[in-house]
Amino acid sequence: MWNYSEKVFDHFMNPRNVGEVENPDGVGEVGSMACGDALRLSFRLDENDRIAEAKFQTFGCGSAIASSSVLTEMLVGKTLEEAAQITNEDIARELDGLPREKMHCSVMGREALEAAMIDHYKRLGRGVPCHLLQQETILCHCFQVTKDTVRDAIFKHRLEDIEDVTNFTKAGGGCTDCHHDIGDMLRDCWDKIERGEIPEPSGDGLVQLGDMPAAAGAARTPPAEDPQQEIIDKIKELLHNDISVALRNDGGDIEFVRLQDNLVYVRLTGACAACRASDATIKGYVEAQLREFVRDDLEVIEVKQ
Amino acid sequence: MSKSFNMMEGLPPRPEKGVYFDNNATTAVAPEVLEAMLPLLTEHYGNPSSMHSFGAAAGAAVEDARDKIQSLLGAALGNEVVFTGSGSESDNLAIVGTLRAFPDKKHLITTEVEHPAVLGLCRDLEKRHGYEVTYLKVDQDGRLDPQHLRDALRPDTAVVSIMMANNETGVLFDVSALGEIVKEQGSVFHVDAVQAAGKLPLDMQKLTCVDLLSISGHKLHAPKGIGALYVRKGTKLRPLVVGGHQERGRRAGTENVAGAAGFGVACELAAAGIEHENTVVRAMRDRLEAGLLAAIPDSQRNGDPDFRLPNTTNISFEYIEGEGILLLLDRLGVAASSGSACTSGSLEPSHVLRAMGLPFTQAHGSIRFSLSRYNNPDEVEYVIKALPPIIERLRMITPFNANRATF
Repeated sequence: MWNYSEKVFDHFMNPRNVGEVENPDGVGEVGSMACGDALRLSFRLDENDRIAEAKFQTFGCGSAIASSSVLTEMLVGKTLEEAAQITNEDIARELDGLPREKMHCSVMGREALEAAMIDHYKRLGRGVPCHLLQQETILCHCFQVTKDTVRDAIFKHRLEDIEDVTNFTKAGGGCTDCHHDIGDMLRDCWDKIERGEIPEPSGDGLVQLGDMPAAAGAARTPPAEDPQQEIIDKIKELLHNDISVALRNDGGDIEFVRLQDNLVYVRLTGACAACRASDATIKGYVEAQLREFVRDDLEVIEVKQ
Repeated sequence: MSKSFNMMEGLPPRPEKGVYFDNNATTAVAPEVLEAMLPLLTEHYGNPSSMHSFGAAAGAAVEDARDKIQSLLGAALGNEVVFTGSGSESDNLAIVGTLRAFPDKKHLITTEVEHPAVLGLCRDLEKRHGYEVTYLKVDQDGRLDPQHLRDALRPDTAVVSIMMANNETGVLFDVSALGEIVKEQGSVFHVDAVQAAGKLPLDMQKLTCVDLLSISGHKLHAPKGIGALYVRKGTKLRPLVVGGHQERGRRAGTENVAGAAGFGVACELAAAGIEHENTVVRAMRDRLEAGLLAAIPDSQRNGDPDFRLPNTTNISFEYIEGEGILLLLDRLGVAASSGSACTSGSLEPSHVLRAMGLPFTQAHGSIRFSLSRYNNPDEVEYVIKALPPIIERLRMITPFNANRATF
């Protein structure tokens, strides 16, 4: 039995703003029945461009319904600029917290909000201003490439322009909406490189293991005495022998991508890749295992691709 | 549509004691069982292996319990019953114990719909111990084609492990017919009868094709923490737990005396209640199922309607997700379970329903009701009245319906 707060129960038992807004200014749809979670969020703006009305329809568990319901309350009265500041943590906080395994329900709320804003600007015939889309980690939505992936690629391969970044990471290869963000990131990164803050790519802070698409040719095999390598071997062994066995029971699997300092980048595949509970898998299971059996400061980060 | 609505409004008032329809998960300990156990915790607390009368009384209780289990199983000999800590341990002992006894055989066969105790073990044997496993498929009603078993058997098949009754759907496998096929090849045949024992008559003297059979205490009104493995005389089996002579060397460790005694009494009660289970309990299950299917549109029963446990029904409610149903039922004091991913703590909806080829949409909205002799017809009528409005309200929230199943 999940440990839901009273507030979650309240919003589940008395859902607010159920349904579809008539003549909406934006509609966002995320998820599917196959995923086990889906949300359609619609809103209408008043004459001052504030959200006058927001409604939801949710397929999902109690916490998904509660997250959607509370989000509609949070939206009313806000401008889109203000609404864009709402993070999934804010949604969870408003509910007095969610069980860790259920945090993905709040993420779905945030995703639907972004989808609704994108739809709104599409209706206006414009692209959505990038600063409204501040999903913490995703830079390129078309290919679900994270900011970390792009930043690491720029540092490691000394990428100079957007085309380089697209070639190495796929980021920016779709709708091109994120080109502005990639440009900002290139400038930031090169400032750091020129100030000498980022060691030469041969330095040992960045260990790349071959299976990043375009990086294969450039990848170096780290020297055997590298202390990082020892940790990597342990991580890979644990992933291969234990974690992957467990995930395969659920029709998924896991791949090691790379280790950077204490950050372990992994990629979920099969059923796990499409699963909205992947956060719970990553933090609640994979990270717990790695901390217990490899090193207790490791943090696991999922690379979506 | 109103701005906010109350899910519970107008639902029938919660019955005082609640309604427990989750007996395939676990059962209430029968009062007679508890009564038999208490003196073994307070008075006759000796170690059965000890040379004093404290121990002798405990040892006698264990042997008495063994006789009662022998009787439920229709086993020829008491010492064919080995006590374990759970149904899962019984499954592990059966499969691993057989593989250790036949070190040259590297293949085993099971089905896609087994309990995780068997499936998880098989995946582990495959991945880490070099075994090859064949998982037999089932059809849309959860039935097994015996020809698939025949095709899968090989000279190096050490053990075939097949459940008698499915825990999620209640669908039965004809282990007698399947066992005959296994015996043609000469492999060991293990049957997981954890859900079947106590609900269906068993006769190990007639079921001669079954070598090993797992049962569990807490599924038939004994406490948790006690199980047993039937080991037919002459079956080669290596122990998992070593370091003691208990259970004739098949499972080391001081006996769970009180648990065993409770298990014995529970088996005695179950044997006496099998007819009740297959008449009264079955009739309640049938009424519940028919009442819900009639009252709720876009609902369907999962699994073979005829060849299944008398106490279980598994129903899918389209376009909604199981956890919400369970949470609302729980507010009314009604306990059931779901094949939805959100309730299991795992990532995926029920492997059983998926193996039957059910779309994810139906698996997510599936609810299992499992009854026992402690339920009554009033409880059935209560659930038939309470569930339809719950489903209707959840369907008012979902974006999906018959015309629109995806975005």
